[in-house]
Amino acid sequence: MSKITYREELNQAMAEEMTRDESIFLMGEEVAEYNGAYKVSQGLLDKFGPKRVIDTPITELGFAGLGVGAAMTGLRPVIEFMTWNFAMLALDQIVNAAAKMKYMSGGQYSVPMVFRGAGGSAARVGAQHSQSLENWMANVPGLKVVMPSNPADAKGLLKASIRDNDTVIFIENEINYGDVGEVPDDEYIIPLGKADVKRAGSDVSIVAHSRMTGFALAAAKELAKEGIEAEVIDPRTIRPLDENTIITSVVKTNCAVVVEEGWRFAGIGAEISARIMERAFDDLDSPVIRVTGKDVPMPYAANLESLALPSVRDIVEAARTACGRA
Amino acid sequence: MMCLGIIRGLSFIYFAGGNMSAKQKQDAGITHDGMFFAQEQLHEMHDKMLFIRRFEEKAGQMYGLKKIGGFCHLCNGQEAVCVGMQHAAEATDYMMTSYRDHGHVLARGSDPTAVMAELLGRAGGVVKGKGGSMHMFDADKNFAGGNGIVGEQVPIGLGFGFSSWYKEDGRVTICVMGDGGINQGAVYESFNMAALWKLPIVFMVENNQYAMGTSLDRASAETQLFKRGISFKIPGMKIDGMDVLEFDKKMSEAIEHARSGKGPILVEAMTYRYRGHSMSDPATYRTREEVDEWRTGRDPIARLQAQMIEAGLATEESFKQKDRDIKKEIAAIAKAAEAQPEPDAAELWTDIYTDPIEGAYPYPGRVG
Repeated sequence: MSKITYREELNQAMAEEMTRDESIFLMGEEVAEYNGAYKVSQGLLDKFGPKRVIDTPITELGFAGLGVGAAMTGLRPVIEFMTWNFAMLALDQIVNAAAKMKYMSGGQYSVPMVFRGAGGSAARVGAQHSQSLENWMANVPGLKVVMPSNPADAKGLLKASIRDNDTVIFIENEINYGDVGEVPDDEYIIPLGKADVKRAGSDVSIVAHSRMTGFALAAAKELAKEGIEAEVIDPRTIRPLDENTIITSVVKTNCAVVVEEGWRFAGIGAEISARIMERAFDDLDSPVIRVTGKDVPMPYAANLESLALPSVRDIVEAARTACGRA
Repeated sequence: MMCLGIIRGLSFIYFAGGNMSAKQKQDAGITHDGMFFAQEQLHEMHDKMLFIRRFEEKAGQMYGLKKIGGFCHLCNGQEAVCVGMQHAAEATDYMMTSYRDHGHVLARGSDPTAVMAELLGRAGGVVKGKGGSMHMFDADKNFAGGNGIVGEQVPIGLGFGFSSWYKEDGRVTICVMGDGGINQGAVYESFNMAALWKLPIVFMVENNQYAMGTSLDRASAETQLFKRGISFKIPGMKIDGMDVLEFDKKMSEAIEHARSGKGPILVEAMTYRYRGHSMSDPATYRTREEVDEWRTGRDPIARLQAQMIEAGLATEESFKQKDRDIKKEIAAIAKAAEAQPEPDAAELWTDIYTDPIEGAYPYPGRVG
């Protein structure tokens, strides 16, 4: 095991995959000569040259579509959005082209590619640069949505995403880039569509993804001091969702808290809550509780920003309520 | 003499130039602006254009009978662009277009029964009944749609061109848009990158004068659309899209430009659609005189027929016979397509993922 950062794990994943397969190229704003706005692509230009690591103009819709077309010819593009906020400019290519191409073409054209970049709430950057949009992407059949919560998962999931033959929306977390974690030294792949039980427990199930997984684990530590053993599940792949792992946990604990950074309305928590209701209604002792970002644009002021986001304390309180220990 | 022209699996026999010597037969053809078209090529181009015309008329008829649903955009009047372009391109070259795609997919060589079956939503459709009029795809023919969002195919075409640059495979991508589509921002993002990286792409705008019901001068500050690439250093060519020989010749030059590594080129094809934008469009935004002027004065099929008759390669009677044969063939195609079953219900859930994940998709719980 080695200790390295989330950012470096992503970098290694791309480097290893690009070494293995020449049809993979990385394209995006500042990915090459600048070494990546968040340094995720550090050194890749030197290693693979300007044909495979390509700086683009600031033109998200255009280079997203370039990736779709290139993937339709059998290349395996990794298209970086500097942040997912900018991907909204490219939504037509992601939703109308990448996601639907296989279906519309009666199976003739696949779009094996990865759209990746920083998502989720950043720090003090205001409303347009700080938000979670995974529920938008996860709503679309044809896309897969992957969100790693720690360095080891980041590497294994990105490698799996690059090898996957469908379009993968890979949402990293800007605040997690510097996180250090233990990772295996040997090559490993984490299959898509498999949730991970990050902490076993019998009293309450907490489902949380991306940065919120860390918050949920911190909450579980607090809860343990009160004798509440929380089971923390990280879906890792948001779509398709590993519903079975979540249901199995709820059947055991009989209550659940679902946590997400994003907005409450039609969020990932709403989907997971509905699935629990559909399949584990009779096993529930209490209603599923959602802990979400507040239903407001992200403010700049430090105090307001922290009020807008879920906190460890919010999760602890929700878990106590869910298992009747409030 | 007797020639055998083959259109998608069906044969037609026609007679032309019966009193020619053997040498004359060999040389028979038309030279247009220095480019020689042998009579076999001329007949093939004519027959394809006429086939597309009659196919579209049949589609319009089937739509009127409510056998074709949703949107249906016909290309009557624009046949020379479809056919001239395919004649100029290699079969290995990529192409993609907008939703006005029937003529292009037929010119590309797709099975017309499969195209008609697609319009009818049948299992044997070119995309298994999952796409309909706007989403014709034929990967074997390097035809990448059939794209329904105006201008969407242009960044996709950029990607195909990028792929050829990356793989150095010598292919050219012909990326077709309309005079409406060329106003989309995505087009200029694509122009910029294509020129920046010298990608082998022919961007072709089919200027049929109207974006749905909005005439070109009401939508475009610069109506000379071939100039739209100037600020990206993309050279432009304006071609008469109602003259298949002229179109073939100029398009060949454009394709050669792209193939030779000089980067993209923008071609403006001057053309006209005889029908409305879609089946629900009575086209009240233009005058009958205007439509007649194009239909009777500049029709691409009538023009080629006149040229071929003058060159002694066909007669009015031979063309009439050909028309009867094509109509008969299309009636048989429509009948065969209609006789096909609808897609199997299980097709609803196929072709969504190449690697579906068992236990996660489709939903393991209640199916929704």
